Amino acid sequence: MPIEIRTASTASEAAGLLAGDRQARLLSGGTLLMRDLNEGRLTDGVLVRLTDPAYRQIGVSGSRVELGAGVTMAMILKRRELACLHGAARAIGGPAVRNMATVGGNLFAETPYGDFTVALLALDAQVMVLQGYGAPRAVGLEEFLAGRGRASSGLVTAVQVTLPQNPLDLRFRKVSRVRPKGIAVLSIAALLPTSGGRVTGARVAYGAMAPTPIRAKAVERALDGKALDAATIAAVRAVATEGTRPATDAVASDWYRREVLPVHLARLLSGQE
Amino acid sequence: MLEFRKDLFAAERDDNLNVVGKGAQRQDMPGHVTGRSPFFDDHAFEGLLHLKVVRSPHHHARIRHIDTSAAERAPGVKRVLRGADVPVNKNTLLSLINFGKDDEPTLAVSKVSYKGEPVVAIIAETEHQALAARALVRVDYEVIPHVFDVEEALKPGAPVVNETYPNNYFDYHDRYDHSKLRFGDVERAFAGADFIVDDRYQMSPIEHAPTETNGSIAAPEQNDRFVVHSCAQGLFFSLGTAAKILNLESNRLHFVGGTVGGGFGGKVDSLTEPLSILGAMMTGQPVRYVLDREEEMLYGSPRGAERIYIKDGIMRDGRIVARRIRSYFDAGAYTRLSSYAAIKCTAHLPGPYTIPNVSADIYVAYTNRCPSTAMRGFGITAVDFALEVHMDKGAEACGMDPMEFRILNAYRDGDMKAHRRVAKNTALIECVQVVADKTGWPLSDQARRQSSLTGGGGARADIPATVLDDNGRIGRPETRTGPVTETLPAGTMRIPMTKQPIMEGSAEARPTPPAVPQYEPYRPTPPANQPAYQPQPYQPTPTAPPPTQAAPPSPPSAPPPASAPPTQHGAVRFSSVFGTRRR
Amino acid sequence: MAKVPVQFRLNGSDRAAFVAPADNLLTLLRRGLNEFGPKYGCGQGTCGTCTVLIDGELQLSCLTLAATCEGRHVETVSGMANGPTLHPIQQAFMEHFAAQCGFCTPGMLTAARALLEANPTPSREEVIDGISGNICRCTGYEAIIEAILAAARSGQVRRA
Ligand SMILES: Cc1cc2nc3c(=O)[nH]c(=O)nc-3n(C[C@H](O)[C@H](O)[C@H](O)COP(=O)(O)OP(=O)(O)OC[C@H]3O[C@@H](n4cnc5c(N)ncnc54)[C@H](O)[C@@H]3O)c2cc1C
Ligand code: FES
Ligand code: FES
Repeated sequence: MPIEIRTASTASEAAGLLAGDRQARLLSGGTLLMRDLNEGRLTDGVLVRLTDPAYRQIGVSGSRVELGAGVTMAMILKRRELACLHGAARAIGGPAVRNMATVGGNLFAETPYGDFTVALLALDAQVMVLQGYGAPRAVGLEEFLAGRGRASSGLVTAVQVTLPQNPLDLRFRKVSRVRPKGIAVLSIAALLPTSGGRVTGARVAYGAMAPTPIRAKAVERALDGKALDAATIAAVRAVATEGTRPATDAVASDWYRREVLPVHLARLLSGQE
Repeated sequence: MLEFRKDLFAAERDDNLNVVGKGAQRQDMPGHVTGRSPFFDDHAFEGLLHLKVVRSPHHHARIRHIDTSAAERAPGVKRVLRGADVPVNKNTLLSLINFGKDDEPTLAVSKVSYKGEPVVAIIAETEHQALAARALVRVDYEVIPHVFDVEEALKPGAPVVNETYPNNYFDYHDRYDHSKLRFGDVERAFAGADFIVDDRYQMSPIEHAPTETNGSIAAPEQNDRFVVHSCAQGLFFSLGTAAKILNLESNRLHFVGGTVGGGFGGKVDSLTEPLSILGAMMTGQPVRYVLDREEEMLYGSPRGAERIYIKDGIMRDGRIVARRIRSYFDAGAYTRLSSYAAIKCTAHLPGPYTIPNVSADIYVAYTNRCPSTAMRGFGITAVDFALEVHMDKGAEACGMDPMEFRILNAYRDGDMKAHRRVAKNTALIECVQVVADKTGWPLSDQARRQSSLTGGGGARADIPATVLDDNGRIGRPETRTGPVTETLPAGTMRIPMTKQPIMEGSAEARPTPPAVPQYEPYRPTPPANQPAYQPQPYQPTPTAPPPTQAAPPSPPSAPPPASAPPTQHGAVRFSSVFGTRRR
Repeated sequence: MAKVPVQFRLNGSDRAAFVAPADNLLTLLRRGLNEFGPKYGCGQGTCGTCTVLIDGELQLSCLTLAATCEGRHVETVSGMANGPTLHPIQQAFMEHFAAQCGFCTPGMLTAARALLEANPTPSREEVIDGISGNICRCTGYEAIIEAILAAARSGQVRRA
C-alpha cells in the first residue's frame, strides 16, 4: 500500500490513528520525515497531519511554559518571554528550516540532530504524551528519550518547562564546523542557578555525545555547591566525558568529540565566547 | 581587488584590450536572476518516465543471479533494464580519441567492482514508483576480496579489480605499467648532492558537489532521433559516448545543454545519458534519470586520490640537481579520465623549476573505489601541492629562505625542460617577487633583481646525457626496479623506441588520429629599439659556501641534433598531450 | 495510484492539480505545473535551491508535502519581477555578479527577499544568517552578500 495522508483535527483523533496502525507516522514540520519519503526509505504507510490549533500554541503563565509540539523554532524566536530558549532555537538549520522544524519533531530527531532537545533536557522538561485516546500523560524528558525508538511513542502533544528566573542561568552552546548553519559536532546546555555565589541544582545536558541527548551527571555533581571559579571548572573538565558514547559520522569522529567536549564545556562555564 | 601589473612583461603583451579589465554583463545573467535559465531538468514532457538504478552494496562481488520479476510487476513500472539490454556494454571515455581500452560496463553483468556500481535500471511512471520497485530487485552476490590501497593493488596477487587491466594498472604505450619521464641521471646526481630530501604525500578523493546533481532527460524526437537534455560539461563528448554505447549513428542524437548547474569536472563522465536514451528507446517515451544527492556525493566520480613520493638532491648553495617522483593515481574501479590525469601530471614535472636531472614514474592504479575523474586541474593540483611543500622542506634542508630558494631554482625563458621542450613565457620569478612584496616578505636585493626573461638558456638549454631503463614492463612486476639499459648521448631530442610506435591501448594499432590544426598565436613584434635580453647568471648568496660539486653530471657535449628543435606553438597538439607520439 | 486534488495560488494565480500523496511541493511545481524556478538540489532540505515562500514565509518545497498546500499561496522566483521590470534584489544580483552557474540563484533570491521583507536594513551578519540555508558552490558567497546589502541600501525593498 503506498503513502496515504490522513488529516486529524484533534489530538485524540491523531493519537487514535497512530495507535491503530503501527506504520502510521505523524507529519509535524516534515523536515526529517520528508527526507525518508523523497529518498525512498518510506514507500508506504499512513502520514497523519494534525490541524488542531492547540498543537501549534505557545502558552506562557509566569515561568511555566507549554510549547505545543507543533510549535516551530521561528515561533519561539518571535517570543521575548522565551529568550532563554532562543540560543537553542536559532541553532537549528537556516531560516527556512527554522520556519518548519517543530519542537515535537526535534524530540525524535536522531543524533547529531536534536539541539533544541538538549536545552529542554537541561530545563527538566516534561513531555506530554497521548497514547491512543484519553488524556495526555506527562513523561520526564529523560525517560522519554531513554524509551525513544523502542515502542511506538504515541503522540506528543506538548512540552512543558519551567523557565529559570534569570534567563542567563541557561547557557547553550552548539559546536559546528560550518557557520552559521551546521550540523552539531556537539551541543551543550547548562542550567546554572546560583545563590550566594554558588551553583545549586545544576543541570547539564549534551547533544551528539550519545545516541540521544544525555545528562552530564558527573559534571552536575562537580558543580553543585561550588563557585564557578577556575578550580571548579578544572574539576568539571576532568569529568566532562563521563558517560558519553559519541558516534563517528561525517561531521566528527568519536575521538574528536570526546577531545573537544571538555574545552567547549569549560568555555561555556567560564562565559568565554 | 584585481590589479593589472602592466610593468611586468610589457613588451610581450598587447595592452590595447577592449574587454579585459573592464566590466561586462554576462549574457546568461538575466536568465539566472529570473530563474529562466534552462537547466537540463527544466523541460516539460508529456508522459515523462523516471529511471532509478539499483547499485551494488558491495565493494567487490561476483553477481550470481539477478531477479527482477517482482520489480517488473510493481505498480507503474514500464521497463527494467539489465546489462544485456545495453548494446555496447563496455566503454572507456577516452576511446573517442583512441586512448585506452574499453573497461567499464553501463550496467554490471557478472561482477561489481565498487560500492555503488549500477546493476539494474528501473523505469516507472513516477519517481516514487521507481524507488519502490528498486527495493524489490534481488541480486545474489558472492562477495570477493577488495583492495583499496594503490600500492597494495599493484602487488602480485592483489585482487583483480578490473579484468581489462588484470594487473590493476593502466598500460602506457602498450609497454609499461606507468608513464615515464627520463632526463639526465638522477641517481648519479643524488650521489653527488649535499642534501637528500625524500617524502611521501597522500591526497584524499574530493567530490565536486555541484548544486545541480548529474542527470539527463531523453525523449524520442521526429525522424527517429532522440533529443537529450543533458548537464554534460562536454556536450559532444557525451553525445559521442552515448552513440557508441547505444550503437547509434551520432546524427540520431540531438543533445541540448550548455546550461550546467555547476560541474567542476564532475559532469564529463556521461553518468546518466546512455541509460536515459536507452530507456527512451525501449519505452518510446521520454525518460528522466537524475542522481539524487546521496548518489551524487557517494557515486558521482570524485577527484582521484594521489600518493606521491618525491626525492630531491640539493646542493649547499640551494640548487636542486635532481628530482625523482613516483606517483600513484587512484583510478577507482575503472579508467574514466585517470589515464589522462597521469599524463598531465608527467607533463607537468618537475614543476616550474629548472632541474638538470629528472625522473618520474607515474602509475594509474585500479582499486575497488568509486571511479575518479576530472576535477579542476586534475593531474596537476595534487602534485603541485606536494612539490611546493617539498620545496619548503628543500629550502629548510639547505638553510635557505623558501622564496629565494624558489627564485634560485625557477625556470627561465630559454631553459630546457625535462620534456626536451624549451621553456617560454615563464613567470615564476615575478610571481614570487610580487607575493613577497604583497606579504612584506623580505627578499635579498639579488633575488629582487632576478627576472624570468634573463639568465635562462645557454648551458641551461642543454639536454643532458640520459640514462634509460626498462623498468615496469607490462605484466612483469619483477622489472619495476631494473638496471640502466642504455645512456643516450647529451642533446638527444627524442627517446627512440625499439618497437614501431602504436596507438596506446589499442590492440589493433589504428593509425594516428589527425593532429589538431596548429596556428601561430598572435605575438606583437617587440619595439625595434628594445635591447636584447642580457642573461645574467644568478650568483649564489655570498654567505653560502661554494658548491662542493660543480654542475650536475654532464658528459662530454654531443653535437647538436641534426634538426633544430621544433618550436612549440600556442596550441598543444593532442597527440603530444596523450603521448601518442614518441617523446 | 490514488491521486488527491490540491488547489492553491502560485505567484498570484489560482492553480489546481492532482498529486500523488507522497509528492512534495517541488515535484508538484516542476513536474505538475511546469514551474521550473525552484530547483532540485538535494531533496533533504540542505541546499536551499527549492526555497519558496508559502503564505509569505520562507519554506523548502522539497520538504513540504504537496497536498498540504491546499488553499495556500506559494511564491517562487518566477513571481519576483514585475512584468519586464526586475525586482530590486534581482537587479542587485545582476550588478554584483551574484550568480555563476545560476542554479542556486532562485533559492538565494527567495531567501534574500524573505530577509529584506522582514528586515529591510539587515546587518552583514543578518544577511549571512538569512542565506545560511542556501548553498552556492560557485560564487563564494561574497558577491551574493554584497548584492543583498546593495539591494537593502537601495531602499526599494518594502517590508511585507
Ligand atoms: C537542512 C537541515 C538542517 C537541520 N539542522 C538541524 C540542527 O541544526 N539541529 C537539529 O536539532 N536539527 C536539525 N535538523 C533536523 C530537524 O529539522 C529538526 O530536528 C526538527 O526539529 C525536526 O522537526 P520536524 O517537525 O520537522 O520533524 P518531522 O520530520 O515532522 O518528524 C520527525 C519524526 O518525529 C515524529 N514526530 C514528529 N512530531 C511528533 C509528535 N508530535 N508526536 C509523535 N511523533 C512525532 C515523526 O513521525 C517523524 O518520525 C535539520 C534539518 C534540515 C533539513
Ligand atoms: S532541494 Fe530542497 S533544500 Fe535542496
Ligand atoms: S552560482 Fe552555481 S551554485 Fe551558486
